[in-house]
Order: sequence, then structure tokens, then C-alpha cells
Amino acid sequence: MLKLTINGVEREVDAPADMPLLWVLRDVLGLTGTKFGCGMALCGACTVHLNGQATRSCILPVGAVAGQRVTTIEGLAANADHPCQRAWLELNVPQCGYCQSGQLMQASSLLANNPAPTDADIDSAMSGNLCRCGTYPRIRAAIHRAAELSRDATAPKKEQP
Amino acid sequence: MKVSRRDVLKAAALTGAGLVLEIHPALADSKAALSPMGLLRITPDDVITLVVTRVEMGQGTATMQAQLLAEELAVSPSRLVLELATADRRYDNPRLRAQLTGGSTSTAVSFEPFRQAGATAREMLVRAAAASWRVPTAECVAQDGVVTHTRSMKSARYGDLAEAAAKQSLPSVTLKTKGFTVIGQPVPRVDAPLKVDGRAVFGLDVKVPGALTAVILRCPVRRGTVASFDAREAQAMPGVTHVVQVPSGVAVVGKTYWHAKTAAAKVQVTWDEGAMAAFDSSALRETHLKLLRGADGRRVTSRGDVDAVFQRAAKVVEAEYELPFLAHAPMEPQNATAHVTEKQVEIWAPSQGPGLAVEQVRRIVDKPVVFHQTWLGGGFGRRIAQDYVLEAVQVSKAIGQPVKVVWSREDDMRHSPYRPAATHRVRGALDDKGRLLGWHHRVATQSILSALVGEMAGAALAGAPEFLRDLAGAAGKSAVASRDMTAFEGANTLPYALDALAVDFVRHEPGVPPAFWRSVGHSHTAFATECFVDELAHAAGKDPVEFRKALLKLQHRHRWVLELAAEKAGWATKAPDGVGRGCAVHKSFESYCAAVAEVRVLDSSIRVERLVLAIDCGRVVNPELVKAQLESAAVFGLSATLHQEVRFEKGRVVQSNFHDYAPLRLSECPRLECFIRENEAAPTGVGEPGVPVIAPAVANAVFALTGKRLRSLPLKLGE
Repeated sequence: MLKLTINGVEREVDAPADMPLLWVLRDVLGLTGTKFGCGMALCGACTVHLNGQATRSCILPVGAVAGQRVTTIEGLAANADHPCQRAWLELNVPQCGYCQSGQLMQASSLLANNPAPTDADIDSAMSGNLCRCGTYPRIRAAIHRAAELSRDATAPKKEQP
Repeated sequence: MKVSRRDVLKAAALTGAGLVLEIHPALADSKAALSPMGLLRITPDDVITLVVTRVEMGQGTATMQAQLLAEELAVSPSRLVLELATADRRYDNPRLRAQLTGGSTSTAVSFEPFRQAGATAREMLVRAAAASWRVPTAECVAQDGVVTHTRSMKSARYGDLAEAAAKQSLPSVTLKTKGFTVIGQPVPRVDAPLKVDGRAVFGLDVKVPGALTAVILRCPVRRGTVASFDAREAQAMPGVTHVVQVPSGVAVVGKTYWHAKTAAAKVQVTWDEGAMAAFDSSALRETHLKLLRGADGRRVTSRGDVDAVFQRAAKVVEAEYELPFLAHAPMEPQNATAHVTEKQVEIWAPSQGPGLAVEQVRRIVDKPVVFHQTWLGGGFGRRIAQDYVLEAVQVSKAIGQPVKVVWSREDDMRHSPYRPAATHRVRGALDDKGRLLGWHHRVATQSILSALVGEMAGAALAGAPEFLRDLAGAAGKSAVASRDMTAFEGANTLPYALDALAVDFVRHEPGVPPAFWRSVGHSHTAFATECFVDELAHAAGKDPVEFRKALLKLQHRHRWVLELAAEKAGWATKAPDGVGRGCAVHKSFESYCAAVAEVRVLDSSIRVERLVLAIDCGRVVNPELVKAQLESAAVFGLSATLHQEVRFEKGRVVQSNFHDYAPLRLSECPRLECFIRENEAAPTGVGEPGVPVIAPAVANAVFALTGKRLRSLPLKLGE
């Protein structure tokens, strides 16, 4: 039995140590928000946070992450109200939606590390996440918008006159 | 507009179920046994359910149908609960008379019925309210899901009225023709909330109690078969439950995908590679060119005397264009879950054709089929083929348990049907003033429809979509291939004013399974027509936009979008240093689309910096969705323009995953500017028409910049 902390909850998992984290999440724990796209870390659909950093779960053996902290799309925000999720809705980003869990996990990791990314920062952080529907222009815009929403949320409230 | 109650709507009062409206498309097959079902359900708990009848694969059908219903029902689209339609002949696409989503027809075929359903339900709710309050219906108003008597200010929610409304006789309704408040608005996507928190259940996410997972080993050579296999080692592995032979290969079944996948690597299979083991893409190219330079083929379009025109031409221009096989590579790999029991077959799948799936499943298991549609992680035409659904049924039948068949990305890349490779040979005749006189277009490619016929039906085409039966006519199945417009569509409707046009279809079947691929025949014909007209413009010494406009005097909708794209792109101004501009215009799926591309070349590689797109798709239901589809088409088109090809060597597909079949990445995505040429014509296609113009606009821009005519996709500057 392996122990993992998934979305803040400690879970015991009965799985072979070489099983990629992706399949532990999906087939063992039933957390299907994290997607299978390529199995080779080429598309980013399987992106989760490992100890807060974006990681491809499709090539990560679960045995290598025992005892560590994993966050999936289901645990990104309590009420699906992460600034990225709000911006994604505001700008109508998803089309088929299949890659968007990975896009959101990658984007939220980018913003955690860099609260005001430039277009070049976004290009370099997001280019490992493929989208066949072509939502890229909206992803770019939504990351800028999420950065604004995060700043608004953390800015000190103005004194009432 | 008056709606006849007889042929369209029927109300059913179901005990305790509230108001259910059934839509009976006039052309539905009356022979099929039907269970009660509708487009809309209002229940006493005040839940309003929309049945999404055209599959949602990203193109926005759920939102479009929600808007049409909401406009007349007087509710907000966002409060509708979405239910994905099961397989049922009543949900046939009336254009295709088959239950499939394709051909960019969804808005056109939804525009009337969903508004009718909304209007009829609203009128019945108002009548029910008026009757219970004993007031005239004219004094009652339906708004935001509530009926209100304006004088007494009594009000009731739709849910409270649902049971009484269901007992009303069916009204005739008059649909709005203007003053729309939901139609035409940039309503947020109704499926987006499900898609930002992992809740949406795609095919791969289906959970069926007790279901196992299967991975299938298929012959690396297309159409090859299993000669023998040794699964002793695999069967001894933990978590492996079955190894069975199925028509497409050897299925390895286990507790999870990982168990099945690791065990599959241990199965030794000897293949009978079959006839395609000698097939190479490069040889196909030679074959195509040889065929095109000869005289074979069927003349599918003939206007004027093309031979005479070429005899009196002052100048003849010729060119050959080559396009490869293409995979769809949707982000969600193929998968389906099936449970074959004694009584029935139950299926959960991301299918573009639930009706086609059921027809095909019945051919292998003669039992009632219950079909559960899921969200699709992309489609692009790939999921019109039902091969993966049949596999799940075959495996479940073999092991007697529910099973999910999961394709790896490599399986998807190497064992899917493809957009056929196509080669075009085009000749143009110009007079001494540079005026275009005639055009002779020959295309060598496969027939996609004949493959669908093969999948679907015996010689009589029983169970095939009716459009196929119409196409075949009295001549039967064998006639489908030579009449297959998907091979030459777009070439045969060349919009330019000419004295003579001839189009020949040279059919050649290399044995590779063909597929509908976003924009189908237009995906290759427009590359040939729009690059060639550009070549003619340069040969005539004219500006490519002006040359086209002069030939489009009678084609005002082509001209409108071309002018709009050119204006927004600043065509009349000089391109920045180091930038080349190219344009293209093409009609497909009844819509008109133009593109202007701006490219740079860096270290021999083509960098598209900006794409300006303009569309005329008639009445717009949701401008945000239309723009999103243009953006989507641009990225899809650019992927094929710059990177993608499926190549065969010794019958095997060379490409395997996203490193060697590369979709455009975010860092490569150009500035996209999308414009709608609005008008009130009937709504037409949106999902596909943006694709065909991308490759020619980029290729023409590369020529403008470098003087090099690239006539083969993907575009490669000299290595």
C-alpha cells in the first residue's frame, strides 16, 4: 500500500509501483478529471500539481511520489472558483474541453510562480499543452485575465471614505 | 411563420413527468420502433432539460440548441440542464437522414425545431396558467421561467404548470422573425462550467460497475490479420483477466488500463500482413501523378467547351498539388465501453454517429441496443467511423463482462481511417489580356463514401444513411464511388467566371481506410483551386485580390468576405518588411470564408504571424461561437499546413504520437482576427468552412515573400 495526499486527503492506494500516477488517479481512485492524451508527456492533458508544481502524471510512476502532495483539477479550488477557472468561463475558453484540465493545471502553476506573466512567459509555460480545438488565443487572454483577478483578490481593500 | 401541429409536434402527458414535447422530423423512419422522448422536458421540480441532439465535440452545438430553445421558451440558456441524446431515429439529422453530426449542418437543422419546441411549450404553459387562474391567455406573459398574469400579478413557475400544460391541446405557434433577444447574442457556452472542473464525462471517463479495460494489439500493416499468438506470459501477469482474439486483433483485458497495457507488451503475435505490406506513400504519389497526366477518370463537371477554350488560349498555366494522408488526432483517444448481456447490448461512447453505431452493432449482435452518448474529446470527423465501438462490443461479447476498450495515442495515430491523400493537376487558359477563359481540374484520390457504404450495408444498402441510398440510386452500391462528391467538392463549384470548366475525378483506392476529416473534400480541393488562381493572377500580372474580385462579379457573397478580410488585413497597404501576404476565398458547407495570412521565414522555417478570417454563414446564432470556430479552424488548418502528414512505409504508418504528428502549439499560434459578414440569410455551416482557406492563404503568402511556389503539403521550404 502506497500513501499519497490527493487534494488534501491522505489516500492509501493498492497499485503496482510502476503504474503511472495518471492511471492511479483515473482507474484506481476514480478521479477522471485528469486526462489521458499521449502517454509520453507530449500533450499535457494529464497535468497535475505535485507539491504545487505542474507535472505530467502519465509518465510518473506512482512509487516515485509516495508520501507527496498531489492536486488534480477536482481539487484546484473549493468551488471551482480559482482565478483561472473564472477567467476560462469569462472568456469562453473550452471547446471540446478534453485538454482543459491540463491547461488549467499548467496555467495555475504558471501564475503561482509568476503572478504577472508576459506573452513570452505564457508561450514558454503553455507550449507543452496541446489543444486540437485551437483554444490558444483564448488561453493566452484568459491567463492575463486570471492574473488580473488574482491581483484584485489580493489587493488591499480601499478604505471607505 | 405558422407551424403545422400535425407533422411536427406531439405532446405526451406522462404521469408525473410534466411536459414532454416530442419532435418528429418529417423524414424520420416510421419503421423504427420508438420510445417516448423529446427535445425538452419540464418536470414539476422546475427542472428544464434540453436534449442535445447533435453531438457536442467542441463546436458549440449544446449552446446553439440551448439558445434556440431559450429564445422561444423565455428562459435563460444557462438554466437548462443538458442531456445528451441517445441513439434514436427521431434524432436523425434531417439533411442526412441518419443520426450523425457532420457536414456542418447542426445549426441549419436545429434552427426550426428547437424554436418550435420552445414556442409550443411556452404557449402550453401560458394556457395552463390562464385556465387555472380563469383569465384570458392574452393577459398572461411567460418570462424567465415564470408565467405571470399581468393584471392580478399572480405567477407560477414553469415547473408548477408542467403537469397541467402537458394536458393542453397542441397549439399552433408563430415563431419570432425579429426582435431576438437570445439568438445573435454572445451567450456564454452552456457546457463550459462542466469543462473547467473535470466534471464533464467523456467516453474515457465512463464508470460502469465491474467494467474491465481492454487494450487491443492490431497488425502494424493496415488490414493485416492475426495468424497466431502466444499469451501465456501475459495471462500469468497480475491484474490480467482475459486475452482473446477479436476481428481487429488480440484483446488483452485487465483490471486497469495499465494492467492491460503492460501485459499486451508480453503477447507474442504472428501477423498475416496481407496485401498492403508493399504499400508506400511515395509510390502512391507517383501513381497519382501518372494517372493525372493520362486520360483516365470520370468527368464530374463540365461547363462550356473546355477543349476549345484551351485551343484559343494565349497562355496556358499548369500546376500539380499534392496532399498527404492526415489523421484527426482528437485529444481524447478512441474508446468505448460495452456490456453485452443475454437481453441487450449497452454502449457508452463518444460517437459522432450514435445511429450509425447502433446499425453496425446490430450486424454483429442481434439484440436491442441501448446507447449512452458522452461528451466528445474532439471529433473532426474521426468518430463518424464506429470501429472502436464495434471493438468494445466484440470484446464484451467474447468475455461476457462489461469492458472499456481504450486506444493508446499510438493506436489512434496508426489504426484510424485517414483523410485520403489527394493529388490535383490543374490547367488554366488565359487570353492575351490576362483574362481567365477556362479551367481543367483533375483530382486523383479515394472515395470516402464507398468505404462508409462498405461498413454499413449489403448491396441493397439496408440500414445505410438515406443520403447514401439516394446517391446510389437505382444503380445500387457500386455507383456510390464514382459519384462521390467528397472527392471533388469545391473544385466542381469553382466560383470564378469562366467560359469553360471541366473537373475529372480519377478514383484510385490504395486500400487505406478513408475518413471524413474536418471540411472533407474541401480540405484538399481548396488548396489546389486557391493556390492555382493565385498562380494565374501572377501569370496575368495582377494583384491576387483584384484578380479574384474581377472573376467574382456575380458571386457577391464570395466577394463580400474576400473584401472584408482584405480590408481588415490592410491588403491595400504595403506589408511590413520581411512579411508576405496571401489570400484565399472558398465556399463550403453553404458558408463563405476568406483568409489573409501574413508570414515570415526564419531559418528556412515558415512562421505564420497573423491570420485574418472573414465568414458569411447567414444568420448568426452566437457570434462568440462563430469566432471560436474560425479560431479553431485556423489552428487545425495551420497544423496540417505546416506540420502534419501520415506516411506509409511497407504498409505501416510511420507517425506514432504528437512528436512526429505535431499539432500547432500555443507558441506557434499567430494573431487571429475573425470577422463575421452578418446577414439574415438562413444559417449555414460554421465548424468546417474556416479550414479550407488556411493552407492556400499561407502558401500564397510564402510565394509573395519568397517567390517559391510550394505545391505540396505540409509546406516545406528547400532543405
